[in-house]
Amino acid sequence: MATSPPKVPSPVDILLRRRRLRPIETLPWAIAVAVYFAFPTYLPLGTEILIMVLFALSLDLILGYAGIVTLGHAAFFGVGAYTAGILAANGWSEPTSGLVAAGLMAGIVGVVSGFIILRTHGVTLLMLTLAVVFMLHEAANKAGFITGGADGLQGMVVDPLFGAFRFDMFGRTAYLYALAVLFLAWLFARLLVHSPFGRSLTGIRENVTRMHAIGSPVHRRLVAIYAISAVLAGIAGGLLAQTTQAVALTVVTFERSGGILVMLILGGAGRLYGAFVGAPAFMLAQDTLAKSDPVYWLFWIGLMLVLVVMFARGGILGLVDAALHLARRLRR
Amino acid sequence: MSRPALETRELNKSFGALAVANNIDFRLEVGARHALIGPNGAGKTTFINLITGRLQPSSGRILLAGEDIAGLSQEARVKRGLGRTFQINTLFRGLSVLENVTLAIAERQGVAGGIFRVAGAYRRVAEEAYALLERLRIAEDALKPVRELPYGRQRLVEIAIALGLKPKVLLLDEPAAGVPTPESAIILDLVERLPAEIAVLIIEHDMDLVFRLAQRITVLVQGGVLVEGTPAEIAADARVREVYLGERRHD
Ligand SMILES: Nc1ncnc2c1ncn2[C@@H]1O[C@H](COP(=O)(O)OP(=O)(O)OP(=O)(O)O)[C@@H](O)[C@H]1O
Ligand SMILES: [Mg+2]
Repeated sequence: MATSPPKVPSPVDILLRRRRLRPIETLPWAIAVAVYFAFPTYLPLGTEILIMVLFALSLDLILGYAGIVTLGHAAFFGVGAYTAGILAANGWSEPTSGLVAAGLMAGIVGVVSGFIILRTHGVTLLMLTLAVVFMLHEAANKAGFITGGADGLQGMVVDPLFGAFRFDMFGRTAYLYALAVLFLAWLFARLLVHSPFGRSLTGIRENVTRMHAIGSPVHRRLVAIYAISAVLAGIAGGLLAQTTQAVALTVVTFERSGGILVMLILGGAGRLYGAFVGAPAFMLAQDTLAKSDPVYWLFWIGLMLVLVVMFARGGILGLVDAALHLARRLRR
Repeated sequence: MSRPALETRELNKSFGALAVANNIDFRLEVGARHALIGPNGAGKTTFINLITGRLQPSSGRILLAGEDIAGLSQEARVKRGLGRTFQINTLFRGLSVLENVTLAIAERQGVAGGIFRVAGAYRRVAEEAYALLERLRIAEDALKPVRELPYGRQRLVEIAIALGLKPKVLLLDEPAAGVPTPESAIILDLVERLPAEIAVLIIEHDMDLVFRLAQRITVLVQGGVLVEGTPAEIAADARVREVYLGERRHD
């Protein structure tokens, strides 16, 4: 060891270096800030995109990292949205504490449902995640006296942020609020996926039999990440409720679960930034296609998805990786 | 006799009507080099799966250092010093060799559930993993994804993961199966040089190898122990010869 030049990083260094921030990782934030100044009339759409990025990011933690395939993620989004919404409609108008409550409620639903359903696998698990969404949807529908049922929740009052920044009609405050929350969530998610806990989730995804054989408490780890993911999804739902000041039954539907799955797969699951690429790509495509081709826009979205899952399993980011790899090979 | 490292008493397991473990009474002494042999489908792998908790026995007791572990989860058994390798590679194929071993050591050291302030602990884990790879002479592949290694090298990763757990009892399920001869010599050499205090149970088909490694041999046939003894006793046993000669005639 003494003879090797000190500059050469050891394999251990290289393994641990993955955690370090790369310059490219600042790009989403630079773009988000630039959008704020460059497209002041698009901020409501921008806010919705930021919220969907957060929702997709939360899904990536369980799907991309731990390998839990779910069609039930809207359950947590919905619980968060209704929690924030019901609080704001009943006199609790302070937004940050409302958002914390949204995350907590979703987290509780995550722990309880996760504890039960994560003992199953494959199609059974998929169906159980879906069943949770159906049940919560029906509960929200039936509890009309508090949720507004099919008419949606009305009468939300959201106070100025920190008592100082009013939620203005251009959506400036809402945009920056969503951006700040997304940033904090990203910091946490990034820390998590590179931590020993995060790596053990990847181990579970790669080979659960081996994880059992090295003494990993697999079920406990899965429930933990399911709950963490639920908290983040609940915060995303809470953000949507607070920034649009309304909650409709569509927050907790199969369509919303499927939609966020599509966004994540489109961007690339299991790479942390798939959410940052897939959600904007999907939402912008939806926005432009729905305008230019209001009848068939879903067809184009479907075609896009078919191409991605057939030819680009790693999503858009997977394609970028492959292109960079090829470029490097050609240069050599 | 002193307390064995591992013991089973009247261990039974059936898949439907098929009895794959049939009243198995078995003792693995502390520091033993013990081979488990028997024809294909005899139930050797099933026996290991019962010990590790991957399968639940229909009845019977499993004692690790004298304590009944039959009701414990796989995790809890590993924590008590039970390590294994698989007959067919069971690895994190997309992860590097170093990380395969790191995951195991992180679990053993109890840092694998950590999210905050873990950098120092994780470095120590990774360094221990790397030192183990050096010891097994696979350090030059440390950063390669496991799936890119030839099968024989992957077998070494199997063993490295198990050793990373610092087991007191190590169960090796055909560690050299599917490995070309030069590499299988490396694996054997490694098994021979395992720390003396580890009790090793090795399943192996190659008889030369079994006689070279083992101090004791148990012969399993159709889920039951046919005979147990020293290599000399087993070599002289007429029933064993019949099982193996009969077997060879089928091949
Ligand atoms: N999950 C299962 N369900 C039903 N039968 C099984 C199962 N696992 C194993 N078996 C059967 O149990 C018997 C013992 O299998 P086992 O894998 O333990 O044999 P083995 O001695 O390890 O054989 P080999 O030398 O081929 O590895 C075989 O007949 C096998 O087909
Ligand atoms: Mg076997």
